[in-house]
Amino acid sequence: MVIYGVTFLGACYIIGQLIGDYLAKLLGVQANVGGVGFAMLLLIVFHDFLHKRHFFPAESEKGVLFWSQMYIPVIVAMSATQNAALAINSGVLALLAGIIPVLMCFACIPLISKLSNKNLSADGNSL
Amino acid sequence: MEILYKFLDKNALIVAFVTVGGIMYLGELISKYVLRKKIPGSAVAIFLGLVFAYMAGINSGGEKGLADIKGFSGMSLLGGSMFRDFAIVSTAMGASFLLIKRTGWVGVLSLFLGIFVSFIGGMALAWMFGYQDAKSLATIGAGACTFIVGPVTGAAVQASSDVIALSIAAGVVKSILVTIGTPWLAPYIGLNNPNTAMIYGGMLGTTSGVSAGLAATDPALVPYGALTATFYTGLGCLLCPSVLYLLLEKLL
Repeated sequence: MVIYGVTFLGACYIIGQLIGDYLAKLLGVQANVGGVGFAMLLLIVFHDFLHKRHFFPAESEKGVLFWSQMYIPVIVAMSATQNAALAINSGVLALLAGIIPVLMCFACIPLISKLSNKNLSADGNSL
Repeated sequence: MEILYKFLDKNALIVAFVTVGGIMYLGELISKYVLRKKIPGSAVAIFLGLVFAYMAGINSGGEKGLADIKGFSGMSLLGGSMFRDFAIVSTAMGASFLLIKRTGWVGVLSLFLGIFVSFIGGMALAWMFGYQDAKSLATIGAGACTFIVGPVTGAAVQASSDVIALSIAAGVVKSILVTIGTPWLAPYIGLNNPNTAMIYGGMLGTTSGVSAGLAATDPALVPYGALTATFYTGLGCLLCPSVLYLLLEKLL
């Protein structure tokens, strides 16, 4: 049934987010630490586990796939509720502090990905 | 009119579904007929969302974009962190654990580097604009990480409220720039594979920006970028008010 997929997704979400909240408490941080990430890892691992044992029929998968197809609409709703007016109207420093570090980070991405590619191909050779 | 507003408020989430569907359709139309499919419909729709948010913010003076307009309050539920995170988690269904494991350590490296680069960049700009005290510098530097790290850091180091407001604004600018900029910059930084997507998520870290930016670039990469990005804000809230702030205080 479709609801089983939604339940499975919801359970991964709740457990992952709770891990993120408790981890934050443990570290003394005022924000969730990686809750979504833990939830995603749980989903990947448990889905794999259940799928291999035929406990995850296609009908249940629909309950998860529906939400992954709702992803872009949810993001559109999110962008429509951003404080865009604040971003544009709050002065030069806010604009620059939002723009320049982002460009610096973008510039770093090819460098790190080169680094990791070297590492990956080294791994490949050793296999 | 009153009956209508009451009805819309009572059925806020359904109204939001219809509204978002309308925006997506408009995005598709513009993509097809105006831009000749050079920019995908979803990217146009995300951008349209920002335009509506701007117009609504100017009109209402509120902080929640379209959700501050009467009758559209459901947009803040559909576009809020609960549905956003739920939908992000669901995209993991198609992700490969093997690929994630292989990029693992580089993802962690990119998280730290992303926070350092943003913090230093934001701080240097604040310095150039005349801020000299460690509290303000750290808060604005943290704001250049995300719009959550900024105020959390500001509150922790007791920065003044106008500096905290500035740090939030910088974070919001970042998230919007990442949303709009990613599809344009993707070809130049090789953002077309899960490996780079994980590094991208760690370097930029703003969950809203990364998730929207990847959605507009290639939805298949969303789970990889989101996975690393989700650790960024937490790590930023950990590092900025502590290690980075103390370092800064020492240096001054």
